[in-house]
Amino acid sequence: MREPAVALRGITKVFGAVRANDAVDLDVEEGTIHGIIGENGAGKSTLVSILSGHYRADAGDIVLFGETVKMASSADAIGHGIGMVHQHFMLVPNFTVLENLMLGLAKAPLLAASREDVRRRLAELTAAYDGLDVPADAVVEDLPVGLQQRVEIIKALIGGGRILILDEPTGVLTPDETDQMFQSLLELKRQGVTIILITHKLREIMAITDNVSVMRLGKMVAHRKTAETTREELAELMVGRTVEPVRNEAAAGAGEVVMAARGISLRDGAGTLRLDDVSLELRAGEIVGIAGVAGNGQSELLAVLAGLATPERGSVEIGGRVVTAAAPTDPREMRALGVAHVPEDRRREGLVLPFEMSENAVLGYLGQARGSRPWLLRRSRMVGRCGELMQRFDVRPPNPALPASGFSGGNQQKLVIAREHGARPRVMLVGQPTRGVDIGAIEFIHRQLLDLRDAGCAILLVSVELDEILALSDRIVAMNAGRIVGEVEGRGADRRVVGLMMAGVRDAAAGAAVAS
Amino acid sequence: MLPGWVSLGLIPVLNLLMAFAVAGVVVALIGENPWRALVVMIDGAFVYPGSLGYTLYYTTNFIFTGLAVSVAFHARLFNIGGEGQAALGGLGAALVCLALDPYLPGLMVIPLAIAGAALFGAAWAFLPGLLQATRGSHVVITTIMFNFIAAGLLVTLLTGPLIRPGQSTPQTRDIAPGATLPKIHEIFRALGVDMASSPLNVSIVFALIACVGVWVLVWRTPFGYRLRTLGESEPAARYAGVKVPSMVIITMCVSGALAGLMAINDVLGAHDKLFLNFTAGYGFTGIAVALMGRSHPIGIVLASLLFGALYQGGAELSFEFRSIDRDMVLVIQGLIILFSGALAYMLEAPLTRLFARQRRPAHG
Repeated sequence: MREPAVALRGITKVFGAVRANDAVDLDVEEGTIHGIIGENGAGKSTLVSILSGHYRADAGDIVLFGETVKMASSADAIGHGIGMVHQHFMLVPNFTVLENLMLGLAKAPLLAASREDVRRRLAELTAAYDGLDVPADAVVEDLPVGLQQRVEIIKALIGGGRILILDEPTGVLTPDETDQMFQSLLELKRQGVTIILITHKLREIMAITDNVSVMRLGKMVAHRKTAETTREELAELMVGRTVEPVRNEAAAGAGEVVMAARGISLRDGAGTLRLDDVSLELRAGEIVGIAGVAGNGQSELLAVLAGLATPERGSVEIGGRVVTAAAPTDPREMRALGVAHVPEDRRREGLVLPFEMSENAVLGYLGQARGSRPWLLRRSRMVGRCGELMQRFDVRPPNPALPASGFSGGNQQKLVIAREHGARPRVMLVGQPTRGVDIGAIEFIHRQLLDLRDAGCAILLVSVELDEILALSDRIVAMNAGRIVGEVEGRGADRRVVGLMMAGVRDAAAGAAVAS
Repeated sequence: MLPGWVSLGLIPVLNLLMAFAVAGVVVALIGENPWRALVVMIDGAFVYPGSLGYTLYYTTNFIFTGLAVSVAFHARLFNIGGEGQAALGGLGAALVCLALDPYLPGLMVIPLAIAGAALFGAAWAFLPGLLQATRGSHVVITTIMFNFIAAGLLVTLLTGPLIRPGQSTPQTRDIAPGATLPKIHEIFRALGVDMASSPLNVSIVFALIACVGVWVLVWRTPFGYRLRTLGESEPAARYAGVKVPSMVIITMCVSGALAGLMAINDVLGAHDKLFLNFTAGYGFTGIAVALMGRSHPIGIVLASLLFGALYQGGAELSFEFRSIDRDMVLVIQGLIILFSGALAYMLEAPLTRLFARQRRPAHG
């Protein structure tokens, strides 16, 4: 039998009290696509960080093509032909594609010589692999995200990489772009490149991998041939128990309009139009899902509705208050009007990571921490309130005195949602509720959102996970380039139709209706 | 993560020891015995009659300026303008005293003068805060520039309208004795305890009260909560509804008021008048004090005590040794600031590795 391209033997890595990787073994055959799947915090990223020389393992061996290697730095990894594509792109946005590729490759003392050298190597590479064409002289920030990712892949291969690691590569892509990237990966595989794909999306594993390994709590729990396994089995292996995805099945008894945006537009600091004439009504007892690829105006919509940004044109109406450019608002007023907000970026916005959980439990709701002397914070109230929220939302460990940074993503998010939920809102704005959250917590969070809806709250759900939008929404609104492209009924929505609308195809819904 | 006793106890002590070691080498290089120099410094700071009073007098200045820097730092604002704010605080206190001490009893003038010091200091920090909040002009730059403006302003006033008639030293007339803060040695003598005279006065009590006040303000009030939220994450602060611009301005004003209060130690306590350059760099040293004290009032008191001892003991060195002059003392103080302030986190990474290695066998 041929030697595996990558063999990890007993890899162990300890961070403080956490065994991020515990005696992990992995064999990746040459010229295959190997998926590594696991919940957040299962240790996938740590494992590939060790393989790519970013971390050093406390114990264990890395064997490449039968040869044990020392991986002390990223430079070692590159030297051994390992290229890594990170979840968040590591490109200089205002450099051209060529300039980005030159980083790390430019050896000549003058740039002109290196530039020609790199241009030649890029030409060789695109000639060798189909589907890796990029405009060499375009500035990276002007390229669509799918092409930026292609640049990342080229960067990983141009140094002579034969092993490509992709960490959650589809988070920023439309379904269409994802398909294109998968085509490129299959082409690379045909050319003999070994690909390791880290993901938490079962759909991707089933679609493209040859083999799959499942990690849970730092351990490698199973290896399967993709053809011989099912999504259900993998999900169970990941979580360690049977998972029942939450679906919105009960018909919504949508009530009156509680919040309405009418023709709102917003420009960012650079003058780019981020929201373009967006109108939207949120009704009591209804979940409206916003489908869209990251960066198409959803964040700005949330910001405007939460009072964090003032629309340039148009108005937002809630509880008799009309917010316009002439009558701006702030998050404090919006909270008072009954608008709760679970922000997209919980680590930067929703929580103050170094703060104790008890302090985070009153972020935005300091009124709850005040006692009879309003100029002082009552610690006992904060701790009591936090303990209550932690118990109701099963936040673990249930210790209000620990800093937020010490909790897993899922538990952090549960506290944020518990806090906003606890304010008994009329409208709940929810951004990426399950980003970086483990499956068990996803189930829980989805159920809480449905319960909140059933209790008569109007919910706006923004998520880049199309599955989440499809599973929870009563109505789905697709956004592209700051505009609302179309709207479909949530139940029985066609994934392909929504995908087309996300890509900006205006009459996708109508077209599908005609076709069917 | 390091255990608390290491990051709050061991690292500062190790930094201090390294600073003393390097300073010792410097002293040895100019041909003096480092050990003897250390003994002289300690004696000069704590043992000689009156020396403790001087040390604590300097400590008082550092507590105020250290607190000023730390409050701003909790909101991630670097107030480098303590020097100018203290100078203006002195002006505020002096103006109140000079205007009112002929007419009002001292007990009424003193609180007004203290308020004047805080108010003028706050006002001098208000403009940089306003520029930061509304125009994005970095407070590091503007507060430094305001230091120069403050210095110029005091020269103009002390050589012109405020100078004591009939003399050429740039200082005001003496404040009426009833309107000044009593010195500690006077209080003790009144109680029948003999004590060497020193400039130490009841300002140190105010400094300690300010420490408690800052602690309550930062850790126990809604204002402090917002301030720390802003410092840790501006997006989180905005999300929580904190009005960031006004928060920046108010924080700078609180910081400036604390720096301004430093002036009461000299103007109302030690010298009973306003004179040129009384701030003598305390405002800048406050940055090192806040860094070394990890922006916590207890740490700031300890760091202030250290720097107070260095100032006083260092002055003694230049008396005792022929080859160690005032500049040499500055070198030693600079080394301590370098190791405890600027390089305060240098040992963190190696110690973290050391402790991680020690703990690993425990897990198997």
